[in-house]
Amino acid sequence: MEENNESPFMKYLRKDRLPNIFCAGCGNGIVLNTFFNGMEMAEVDFDSIAMASGIGCSSRIPGYVKCDSLHTTHGRPISFATGLKLGNPDLNVVVFTGDGDAAAIGGNHLIHGARRNIDMTVICINNSIYGMTGGQISPTSPQGSYGSTAPYGVFERPFDLAELVTAAGATYVARWTTAHALQLTNAIKKGLNNKGFSFIEVISQCPTYFGRKNKLRTPIDMMRWMKDSGVNKLKADQMSAEELEGKIVVGEFANEPQPEFSNELYNLIEEKYGQKSQAAKSAYRED
Amino acid sequence: MIKLDPNLCKGCSICTEFCPKNVYENSKTPDKRGIRIPVPKNQDKCTQCNLCALMCPDQAIKVDEEDE
Ligand SMILES: Cc1ncc(C[n+]2csc(CCOP(=O)(O)OP(=O)(O)O)c2C)c(N)n1
Ligand code: SF4
Ligand code: SF4
Ligand code: SF4
Repeated sequence: MEENNESPFMKYLRKDRLPNIFCAGCGNGIVLNTFFNGMEMAEVDFDSIAMASGIGCSSRIPGYVKCDSLHTTHGRPISFATGLKLGNPDLNVVVFTGDGDAAAIGGNHLIHGARRNIDMTVICINNSIYGMTGGQISPTSPQGSYGSTAPYGVFERPFDLAELVTAAGATYVARWTTAHALQLTNAIKKGLNNKGFSFIEVISQCPTYFGRKNKLRTPIDMMRWMKDSGVNKLKADQMSAEELEGKIVVGEFANEPQPEFSNELYNLIEEKYGQKSQAAKSAYRED
Repeated sequence: MIKLDPNLCKGCSICTEFCPKNVYENSKTPDKRGIRIPVPKNQDKCTQCNLCALMCPDQAIKVDEEDE
């Protein structure tokens, strides 16, 4: 168990796999800590957590955690997580994903998970780039930023993920940055406590690719930029598009309960067949 | 007491930057791997807020609760 000289989060981690594979100063490790902190604040039992992730640096997070997890195919963690939740609705299902994983190849799964309001907490680490494959631009790369596939700067318009997922029907949505670790912790706590689709977007730093290609040389430069450009949603709603140029809108985007998919489905089965679903937890039975 | 695991630290300086009490100082001499491990020089100013442990991406920091 926790030794006296270890990080308070070490008890949740597969210590034999540390140090983690992430580059020095990468935001992924901060998001991992805030998850444990939020989980403790939400009073969610660690043993009830099952994680799913896709492919990417960010998607490697569950591999470090001492819980059941599925490391799935690129863009599909929400689909696998849907199966997990329907197979055992008692699980607290958590998805770790990146902007490439969730918004490019996995964009359709993301919006339909939100539309269904299936109970899971999706933590999307948005570093505005494909880290794992060498710095290609993603659907969230800001206009004018550079990547290996945008040597003259991005001219496409980026997705605003928190707004997109809110519009798609998620019942808890928040956006923070790795420079707002306490607020992020609180959002993760609320997301875990929401019975429905919760989406936490974390603007994060990839110093190795985004930083290097965009003249933000160190993780500290990137985190200062995030801290300085954060504007709370409540304030941002009163500001013009020009005033919001270059800002990161942080805060809560949605927080309103709605009927939840696994509940609705199980209720329907009980109503039509007069018994609890045989599919529930079938994987745990011997027969 | 602040304990910093030199085998986990990658020298990113996030703790040095974000500690509200400026407890850490970046080391002037790199270790064998070329990593500058921060030194908690001003421990007497530490309020045990635990922000550094929360923000260390490599789980290298432990802040002891009690004062000696
Ligand atoms: C079907 C498929 N297409 C493409 C890839 C290559 N690939 C691996 S990771 C990745 C993007 C990862 O970006 P993101 O999700 O933002 O994660 P990050 O590494 O930045 O954390 C891509 C395109 C793949 N593994 N599988
Ligand atoms: S390449 Fe970028 S996202 Fe991947 S571990 Fe390194 S800093 Fe993090
Ligand atoms: S616990 Fe707080 S005050 Fe103490 S070193 Fe860490 S960040 Fe600084
Ligand atoms: S935040 Fe952690 S890894 Fe970074 S310099 Fe401080 S102790 Fe080392």
